[in-house]
Amino acid sequence: MVKQEKASANRPDNTAFTQQRLPAWQPMLSAGIVIPGFVLIGLAFIGIGVALFVTSRGIQVLEIDYTGVEQNSPCFPCTDQNRKNCVCDVNFSIDTLFQGPVFFYYGLSNYFQNYRKYGVSKDDYQLSGDLSYFKAPSSTCSPYEYDKNNKPIVPCGSVANSMFNDTFKLFQIVNGAKKQVSLDGKGIAWWTDYNIKYRNPSVTPLKNAFNGTVKPLFWSKPAYELDLSDPANNGFINQDFLVWMRRAALPNFRKLYRRITDGDYAQGLPAGNYTLEVSYNYPVLSFGGRKKVVFSNVSWMGGKNEFLGIAYLVIGSMCVFMSIVMLIVYAKFKFPEED
Amino acid sequence: MTWRSPLAVVRDALRGQRARDKDLRNLVSNLPYEGLDKAKQPNRYFPSNAIKTTKYTLLLFIPMNLYEQFHRWANIYFVGLAILNFVPVVNAFQPEVALIPICVILSLTALKDAWEDFRRYQSDRKLNNTPCFIYSRKEKQYIDRRWKDVRVGDFVKVLCNEIIPADLLLMHTSDPNGVCHIETANLDGETNLKQRKVVPGLCNSDSEFDPESFSGIVVCEKPNNNLNHFKCYVEKPDKEKVGAGIESLLLRGCTVRNTDHAVGFVVYAGHETKSMLNNNGPRYKRSKLERKLNTDVIFCVILLLSMCLVGAVGHFLWLQALPGVPPYLVPDSNGHLDSPSLSGFYMFFTMIILLQVLIPISLYVSIELVKIGQIFFITNDIDLYDEETDSRMQCKALNITEDLGQIEYIFSDKTGTLTENKMVFRRCSIMGTEYPHKENAVRLAVLDEPETEEEVIFNQRPRPPQTGWSLNAEDTIPEDRQHRHGSRRKSKVSGNAQSDVAFSSPLETEVIPDRKLLQQISRPECSGGASRQTDPYLDFFLALAICNTVMVSMATAQRRRVSWFSRSCQTNTPLDTVSNLVKKAGSLRHIFTSWQRKPKQNRTLSEDSVIEEDHFNPPVKTEGTGDTNGLQTCTLHALSRYNRPAATSDNLSYEAESPDEAALVHAAKAYGFILLGRTPDSVTVRLPSGEELVFEVLDTLAFDSNRKRMSVLVRHPITREYVLYTKGADYAIMELLGTPYAEHLSGSQKNIAADTQHHLDCYAKEGLRTLCFTKKVVSDKAYESWLVNRKSALAAIDNREELIMDSAVQLETNLSLLGATGIEDRLQESVPDTIVALREAGIQVWVLTGDKPETAVNIGYACRLLEEEDLVINMSCENKLTCTSILDCTLEEVRRYSQDPRNVDTTPDISLVIDGRTLTMALSSDLQDRFVELARRCRSVLCCRVTPLQKSRVVKAIREKLKVMTLAVGDGANDVNMIQAADIGVGISGQEGMQAVMASDFAISRFKHLKKLLLVHGHWCYTRLANMIIYFFYKNVAYVNLLFWYQFFCGFSGTAMIDYWLMIFFNLFFTSVPPIMFGIMDKDVSAEMLLGVPELYRTGRGAGEYKRSTFWVSMLDAFYQSLVCFFIPYLAYQDSDIDVFTFGTPLNTISLFTILLHLSIEIKAWTVVHWLTMLGSVAVFFIVTLAYSATCITCNPPSNPYWILQSQMADPMFYLICIITTVVALLPRYMFHVLRNSIAPSPLMQARHLDRLDPYSRDQWIKEWRSFRGGGCVKRSRLSTPPSPTLETPADIYPQSSTTSDIMGDEFTLNVITENSQRPRHTRNNDSLAT
Repeated sequence: MVKQEKASANRPDNTAFTQQRLPAWQPMLSAGIVIPGFVLIGLAFIGIGVALFVTSRGIQVLEIDYTGVEQNSPCFPCTDQNRKNCVCDVNFSIDTLFQGPVFFYYGLSNYFQNYRKYGVSKDDYQLSGDLSYFKAPSSTCSPYEYDKNNKPIVPCGSVANSMFNDTFKLFQIVNGAKKQVSLDGKGIAWWTDYNIKYRNPSVTPLKNAFNGTVKPLFWSKPAYELDLSDPANNGFINQDFLVWMRRAALPNFRKLYRRITDGDYAQGLPAGNYTLEVSYNYPVLSFGGRKKVVFSNVSWMGGKNEFLGIAYLVIGSMCVFMSIVMLIVYAKFKFPEED
Repeated sequence: MTWRSPLAVVRDALRGQRARDKDLRNLVSNLPYEGLDKAKQPNRYFPSNAIKTTKYTLLLFIPMNLYEQFHRWANIYFVGLAILNFVPVVNAFQPEVALIPICVILSLTALKDAWEDFRRYQSDRKLNNTPCFIYSRKEKQYIDRRWKDVRVGDFVKVLCNEIIPADLLLMHTSDPNGVCHIETANLDGETNLKQRKVVPGLCNSDSEFDPESFSGIVVCEKPNNNLNHFKCYVEKPDKEKVGAGIESLLLRGCTVRNTDHAVGFVVYAGHETKSMLNNNGPRYKRSKLERKLNTDVIFCVILLLSMCLVGAVGHFLWLQALPGVPPYLVPDSNGHLDSPSLSGFYMFFTMIILLQVLIPISLYVSIELVKIGQIFFITNDIDLYDEETDSRMQCKALNITEDLGQIEYIFSDKTGTLTENKMVFRRCSIMGTEYPHKENAVRLAVLDEPETEEEVIFNQRPRPPQTGWSLNAEDTIPEDRQHRHGSRRKSKVSGNAQSDVAFSSPLETEVIPDRKLLQQISRPECSGGASRQTDPYLDFFLALAICNTVMVSMATAQRRRVSWFSRSCQTNTPLDTVSNLVKKAGSLRHIFTSWQRKPKQNRTLSEDSVIEEDHFNPPVKTEGTGDTNGLQTCTLHALSRYNRPAATSDNLSYEAESPDEAALVHAAKAYGFILLGRTPDSVTVRLPSGEELVFEVLDTLAFDSNRKRMSVLVRHPITREYVLYTKGADYAIMELLGTPYAEHLSGSQKNIAADTQHHLDCYAKEGLRTLCFTKKVVSDKAYESWLVNRKSALAAIDNREELIMDSAVQLETNLSLLGATGIEDRLQESVPDTIVALREAGIQVWVLTGDKPETAVNIGYACRLLEEEDLVINMSCENKLTCTSILDCTLEEVRRYSQDPRNVDTTPDISLVIDGRTLTMALSSDLQDRFVELARRCRSVLCCRVTPLQKSRVVKAIREKLKVMTLAVGDGANDVNMIQAADIGVGISGQEGMQAVMASDFAISRFKHLKKLLLVHGHWCYTRLANMIIYFFYKNVAYVNLLFWYQFFCGFSGTAMIDYWLMIFFNLFFTSVPPIMFGIMDKDVSAEMLLGVPELYRTGRGAGEYKRSTFWVSMLDAFYQSLVCFFIPYLAYQDSDIDVFTFGTPLNTISLFTILLHLSIEIKAWTVVHWLTMLGSVAVFFIVTLAYSATCITCNPPSNPYWILQSQMADPMFYLICIITTVVALLPRYMFHVLRNSIAPSPLMQARHLDRLDPYSRDQWIKEWRSFRGGGCVKRSRLSTPPSPTLETPADIYPQSSTTSDIMGDEFTLNVITENSQRPRHTRNNDSLAT
């Protein structure tokens, strides 16, 4: 017997694997199996689509363009480059209660925060509070690395430099008087940005960390004085700064500015007339950009977007339709296996 | 080492170069110079015996390996891209990251190379340190050294069973005759022993050879790689030149056998030895698919460049359109912005970097991996394993597996490929009388049809002899039986072990003599010794026994590989003594042939005691049972009588270089003319009378393909005459006939030559191989004068072959015909079945053979290459003019024939038979086109009498003219040319050594394996690889296009919205394994279906799965899918506060799902492995991405993937978007598949439907379907139908007239032959063409 085994030492293993006989599931893409599947998928999609659509319908959005392109628009005077600290009032009215919590966005159009070189132009190490990068920012920040006097710019780079600096105040006109709507600026940035990614240097007062550096050219205030009202909201963990630093994916974008969550307006903005006091600083007309403010409430699916619901509905009904077509095909051609 | 001036070194080197380059080398013994420093050594210029096959050295490994790898243009491209990353203007984010893929690929390949090289290094070291004996003058003896110490000019002693360290000129052996046997299995795989002779006249073999006494100069040619050729002479001090050739050369790598020791003079060492020069690396062929793939890669490059161009132009236009300078435009450090056109120009390169993945960097690596996997499965297929030889299928070329699925033409050798190359003596004709050997035919029929057990059983008690000539040998029977049994058992063993003795299955060794012939030879014997010297029968059998190069080795001196199956229990059973064990060749069935008429008893006994012998009682074709039995008995008795005095003769085993010779020697043995031994100088033959004759062999004129004959010149021990026995092809012999044999014989002397020729023609028609035997008595004077010529020819260095051949031709004249033999070469198992299947698969099968047309045609019918109803065109002409006209009118005829509406449904296929001479003319450049055109219309073509070179020319002509994929299959050295010329060369490791296998791309052991190899593995490999490649292109395009579409929303600035590392991982880890697994393991149709319905093979042929259109369709699909994958998320996230990488993450996830699900639509059969890799890939994606986004806080600026996937996965929108996008992206492809499968299912699709049925109903279906198609069940038709008792049977398949006119006629004839009388029209054609 030993000899026998030896004689067939070369014999391949007769296993299912080596002989390619592993049990296999062979799905057949023929109409018979597909029709019920399609009907099920179609119905499920229609269900999701209806839910999405209804939800999306329930979301209220109010968009106001305040760029001031037209002569008669309230912010038109502010488009003059020479005017400093221009303030314009934009009036609008709400017909029905704007369900709270209301999110207050600013939006920019034709603004390419995703521009390649722009995106590179920041120094993550500096922004994470590393003091050595305060003195010598990364070369990626060029040309917003050093100012003319060769002093390092903190925060350096194009992204920080171009930070949106319009500010808004919202008033409800109650009986002719302006009643300020309190805006909540806390927690509008990503939790991870605020707590992990971006860090101020652990120097108190914060101002000392910035000794020997200059503020970005475009900025009117240094980074440690971005929010005078709340000392904790300064430096690199300033919420507005964080929101800006998270670059928008598309050239028409909105960014969260404030939330209206407390006080009288916790339930939303009641119907009535409102005035938005815009401190108009950010120039966009030079490159054909637009600025707007957006009020919106959100649901589980985020902001208002009817597309997804419609897409689900369309695809769902297409699936159902196709299963009908296939049923006809089935009737006409029969199934090959039934021949 | 003394200091030498550099000049001297240079001079020395130059001189060495000259010495090496000279046509002839003068070598002297090293012994007088022993101990001198190297500069004084006469042989210092020649390389030492140390070998180095490694490609690299430790220090130079990296540069050399890189240099080698950069020979692939793909690698250069990728490195170029990587370098481009470092150019500042393209603003790559992280140039270092771009290096990772190319580095991974380069280093993987380098690792593989290093490992291979290390293995080579190890084997070199082992070889170099093998011990050997070198003579040392100081010690006056052979001292133990290493192989690497051997130098040219040394004397090396090799002991029995040792491997020869270098090419040695044989000086001395322990054998008194100066013979040394070597086994060349390591070199060419041939297992028979080859004999080497001491260079004559150098020393007397009686005394011990003293190397120090050797003072001659060995003059030899430059090293070359011809294993069968060597020219050299030894110039003795007295200026006498002694010639020596390959017969005195011991080749490195061979093993010394049957010789106690041998001493040789080293002529070539190390890398100059013939075996090393023959050692070529593996062959590299490029498959058709890969060639196509390269053009598609170029398409991809074009696509890439145009996409980059779009990016560049888009960027330019976008910049141009900006009214002012927006804050997001980043000026350079001086505050300047580049002009839009310059930015656009730079952007072009940035885009190349961004979109580079479009050219699939991993594709080449993946293809190699897939092919390794495919080869693993092919070589592990148990159906391609041959039990007898214990050999698997071997893949020598690693990169053309998919070409197996593309074959359109098969060119096959006949002998040894279609047939077993186990030669069986069938018939002979002596002095114009035919001896049909009916009994032998019966025996063969028994061997051949063991299945039909229910027939009459061949169990015959020995009867008293019916004829008077035989002794009543009742008392000798037991002894005789023992002998017979012993010999059979031995041959069974050899059949099993295969490696011990070539050509010695019982089929070949056992011949049952013809009764009439036995009577013939016994008659003169009885009449006394006086007439013996002139007895033609005696001469005939002597010629059979002597005129060959068969070596005799005693069974006791069996070589090491002989494994004696110890079956003592079996031998001891009484059953064994009464039964003969015959092994059926070609299968493992053993048959017991019992003499005893106790069938029942035997049967039970045998079933109890012997496990594997199912077919205990073999049946017999019983035409005239009694007669046969009687004959059988007679035969055996006769044998026993002969065997009795020659008890030892059963221990003989014959080692022949060609199976024909062995068959003839065995035939002679059956008649009692037993070849007992052969030395270079003598042949010992035992006559039936028991007398032993020792013939002095004066010379052997070896066989060559020009003369087509061989001769042995012997001195008759009794008459002292010089006798020349010649055997050869009939046409080579018939021209040389002189005086008819022994005129003094009876007056009724007929024209022997004519009769024999008639018999030969009949043999050929039966498909037998024919040989003619002649005798010539050479007068002393003629011999003396011839000897002078011969000697000078042998000593010549220039034109030696010609001179030797001339000298042979000189002697081989005026021969007297003795007779002729017909040897059968039996078809291999399942050959007809395989050929029919291959043909149904749409493959044209050509057979190219050196045989005569008649033999070839017969084999053609037997193996179903030709069918009975075929229209056979026979082309044979003498000169080019006729050849041209034949071609023209045949072509015209064939065209008309195929256009004839009457032939639409009945079309019998056209077959062409063409002979070598005509083929040469047809392949000449002006006729080639017409010939190819004709051949294209023929279903099968048979080329007869073709030379090896012609074989390769045919293959080349068809391959180049018709642009088809060709496969050549053969087993012998004569097929090597053809095998190398074809797209795929398949070698059959058969009886004729390993040359064909060495030259081949795939080696199989049986012709029938070709069926599964092509139909199943070929189909699978092709579809798998084609689908995988298409998928790979699709995958890359689909993924890269996401980035491309994003460019429209980021000002064409080259932004990637996916983290760079994740992008690299995506291709490297997340989506690479499933397609590779798909390429290795997917199974579109089961093997059973593919074998059952060979037509399915057609689907893969031509372009099959991998069409240009398929490529573009999947490109379009990729574009569509990328559009969907980009724009659905885009629309969903439009006008929101989404940031760049949060937008990219769902895109990445979606494309992962789309790409994987796309593959799962393509996967035809899901096994565990498929599920594992698919689900594993998804799991790896999520695990890696989650881990990466959890740990990478600031690690990869400018992207900040930190916690992005986590936050996305907490958002229901992410899932909703993923689901809808994936569904929309895959819907069209899915629908397309569904509709196609329902409305117009492809044959493959239908086959897959059938696959789902249970095996029984599937087989039923296949059977029905076959019969519907009229194919019928393929029966195994055999060549070996017992021949009709007489040759008078009209050869109905091949009209006599045409035969004779073809062969003999000097006028051309063109025969359109049909066998079916139902088709008179063909006959008309025949007439019209012939006139």
